[in-house]
Amino acid sequence: MTPVIQARGLRKTYGDFEAVRGIDFDVAPGESFGLLGPNGAGKSTTMRMIGGVSHRSGGELTILGMDPSHEGPRIRAHLGVVPQQDNLDTDLSVIDNLITYGRYFGLPRWFLKQKAELLLEFAELTDKRKSKVDDLSGGMKRRLTIARSLVSDPRILLLDEPTTGLDPQARHVLWDRLFRLKEQGITLVLTTHHMDEAEQLCDRLVVVDHGKIVAEGTPSTLVREHAGREVVELRFGSHRNAALASSLDGVGERIEVLPDRLLVYATDGEAALAAVVARGLEPTSSLVRRCSLEDVFLRLTGRSLVD
Amino acid sequence: MTSSATQDATLPDAQGLVRRPFRSSLYSGNARAVFDRGMRSQWTGNLWVMVSGFVEPVLFLLAMGLGLGALIGTITDDAGRLVEYPVYIAPALLATSAMNGAVYDSTWNVFFKLKISKIYGGMLNTTIGPMDVALGEIAVALVRGGVYATGFVAVMAVLGLISSWWALLMVPACLLIAFGFAAIGMAATSFLRTFQQMDWLSLVLMPMFLFSATFYPLSVYPHAIQWFIMALPLWHGVELLRALNGGWVDWWTAGHALYFVVLAAVGTWAASVRLKALFLR
Repeated sequence: MTPVIQARGLRKTYGDFEAVRGIDFDVAPGESFGLLGPNGAGKSTTMRMIGGVSHRSGGELTILGMDPSHEGPRIRAHLGVVPQQDNLDTDLSVIDNLITYGRYFGLPRWFLKQKAELLLEFAELTDKRKSKVDDLSGGMKRRLTIARSLVSDPRILLLDEPTTGLDPQARHVLWDRLFRLKEQGITLVLTTHHMDEAEQLCDRLVVVDHGKIVAEGTPSTLVREHAGREVVELRFGSHRNAALASSLDGVGERIEVLPDRLLVYATDGEAALAAVVARGLEPTSSLVRRCSLEDVFLRLTGRSLVD
Repeated sequence: MTSSATQDATLPDAQGLVRRPFRSSLYSGNARAVFDRGMRSQWTGNLWVMVSGFVEPVLFLLAMGLGLGALIGTITDDAGRLVEYPVYIAPALLATSAMNGAVYDSTWNVFFKLKISKIYGGMLNTTIGPMDVALGEIAVALVRGGVYATGFVAVMAVLGLISSWWALLMVPACLLIAFGFAAIGMAATSFLRTFQQMDWLSLVLMPMFLFSATFYPLSVYPHAIQWFIMALPLWHGVELLRALNGGWVDWWTAGHALYFVVLAAVGTWAASVRLKALFLR
């Protein structure tokens, strides 16, 4: 299948600063594709270039076969955009936000009146239809922003940090909504620095750091290839973690020292923990868990994702 | 969680209904949507603000024109005509109110949407282009200017300050004046970074209002200052309306109108390019 988005050697510089330093990726139709990385990795810049609101400094980028630098409005006719910061229209009511946004696409009013009702239902905001945007909670605003992006039945949905700043319950509601869109066959492109989000939503993702792609694959292959199976988290108190790392030589396959804890990667976590205890070491707390994308990121960059 | 989809069998796919934008990154041909949005927010929200904008020039006309005018009587204008004082200043106040309305809409309101509420950022994620935004917002300012102008001309008529049928053209002339000021104002606003810098605008507007042959003829100034004022837009607006109100229409009148046509064209182009530079970096 022809990719809907294709990037080759894509670069973006602001003065001396290189935000995106030559990245390649393809997104297939219907795929759910994630850009994972810490703040400042170049994710949002990449999203803005895909959305045709930022000119690339170099490389190739085509969206649905068109060049976003020259045909911004034509490309955006097929895109739904959920920006990192809500930019809802605070002068208008909830339902008027949906209708007005549809008018920007030139959609007819008779259509928008019905469409807005369906979108309100989808976003569970039907009883807030006449409310002012400022009276909505953070999660409601986010759902309205997503509903708004769907008013034109976009083929590609760009979501920049869709659930950042929301409480866990609101995040799960949003994930559920996004998963339904994925089931409808909409191509999702999202950035996130939340592992759980990437694992929940992405078929495939690239790990971005300092404007470059450091790994690519499905969440499970990335974990398998770069992290391993299980990990033991040990806390000895912040001043002792580094000192005690050397006395763990030979336990597990690999040890990562973080300021607040030690991570011991092992095929069998429980066995590794038993080995630690057998050496007479007494961590103040310990936890055995399966490896996640967080560990992949740590392995690839030497830093943790969420600071 | 009732509906599991945003698609509905009774509704067609929106993609088939999307207005096909022009093949351009500047203009998509849908300024109308921006205009509609502006009208909806402006005329449903703060109606009192809108009314107060109309009252201000009327108060000026009553105080300066009728009050002060009773003491002054008549005045000799720059063309050597003897004119009643209220008749002299009424078109000038009308031009000023067209300017103020347009500038307010295209500076404070635009700055707010640009920097604070990020409304334009949202628009430009759709098929809307920067020039659609500029034209749509200018059109909103023009409606406001047109309503004010019509009201003020009506007040002038009631007070018996109109002596020619040409005066009917004052309303469209006000729209032209407002268009010029709105376009230039929007372009200027795109360069500003803070609310404090917005105060610079009143530093320009206030003297222009006081000294553009509004309350007395240019002939009181030395020649150099006369030329300077004649280069500024408000003087052309004042003279344009004064000529229409008195029925003294000649080639100069057309020249004043042309000044605003150029101002509007240059301003719209500059505002669009600046918006593009701000948003499509």
